[in-house]
Amino acid sequence: MGLQAYLTLAAVIFCIGLFGVMTRRNTIGILLGIELMLNAVNINLVAFARYNADVTGMVFTVFTICITVAEAALGLAIVILLFRVRRTVMADHLDLLKG
Amino acid sequence: MTGEILAFWGLGLVLVGSALAVVLSKNLFHAVLWLALALTGTAGVFLQLDAEFLAAVQLLLYAGGIVTIVVFAIVVTERLVGERISQTSRRIGGGAVVAAALLATIVSAINRRPLPVAPPALPADLTRNLGDAVLTRFVLPFELLALLMLAALMGAIYFARPDD
Repeated sequence: MGLQAYLTLAAVIFCIGLFGVMTRRNTIGILLGIELMLNAVNINLVAFARYNADVTGMVFTVFTICITVAEAALGLAIVILLFRVRRTVMADHLDLLKG
Repeated sequence: MTGEILAFWGLGLVLVGSALAVVLSKNLFHAVLWLALALTGTAGVFLQLDAEFLAAVQLLLYAGGIVTIVVFAIVVTERLVGERISQTSRRIGGGAVVAAALLATIVSAINRRPLPVAPPALPADLTRNLGDAVLTRFVLPFELLALLMLAALMGAIYFARPDD
């Protein structure tokens, strides 16, 4: 398979994740979309690393995976906190900053 | 060669199908299970790209870790609200248009440049090279990453702690 095939697959998954982020009303659903997008980026990094025979891209993938885990843990903690304060996880109802 | 192509298409179908299920499924819990499938499929893609270590990390951290955390979050919020969290979407048309436009842009950019069609030969033992790179050239970012993980997890505990 060429590099093109992997990049296209990653682009499709990234756009599906973006669609989820834009259309989901539940905050946890939005986080799931973000996970999909980060996952697509990881596929890109590994594919470029493999097709350039350079291990640096894979090191970077290890870093992005760890940062994604930190992001998920923090994001879900914020969701739980929001839920405790506002009693909702729907993004539409979280409009405290609206003037 | 044909086996490789078949495996790629199979993985690609599983990935795209489960990703679509993640963003379209009505039940949030089902969406998380589909996400687990998508992440496992990504580990398969990593295996196909000869990155065995990353495939293992992907399974352990993503499919094992993140999915568990998300399930916990759903269970906690569900218990608090006392009813099943249903997933509804809004502005599906607009979202689909924007996502499709972005996809078309990316794909046309990918097609514009000549890209390698076959992967070059790898240096022997990729995992060993990866470990060497992490602990020599990238040791400082690696330690910073450990600090970031500690800070993030402590922050998560601070946020989610029960009120006193």
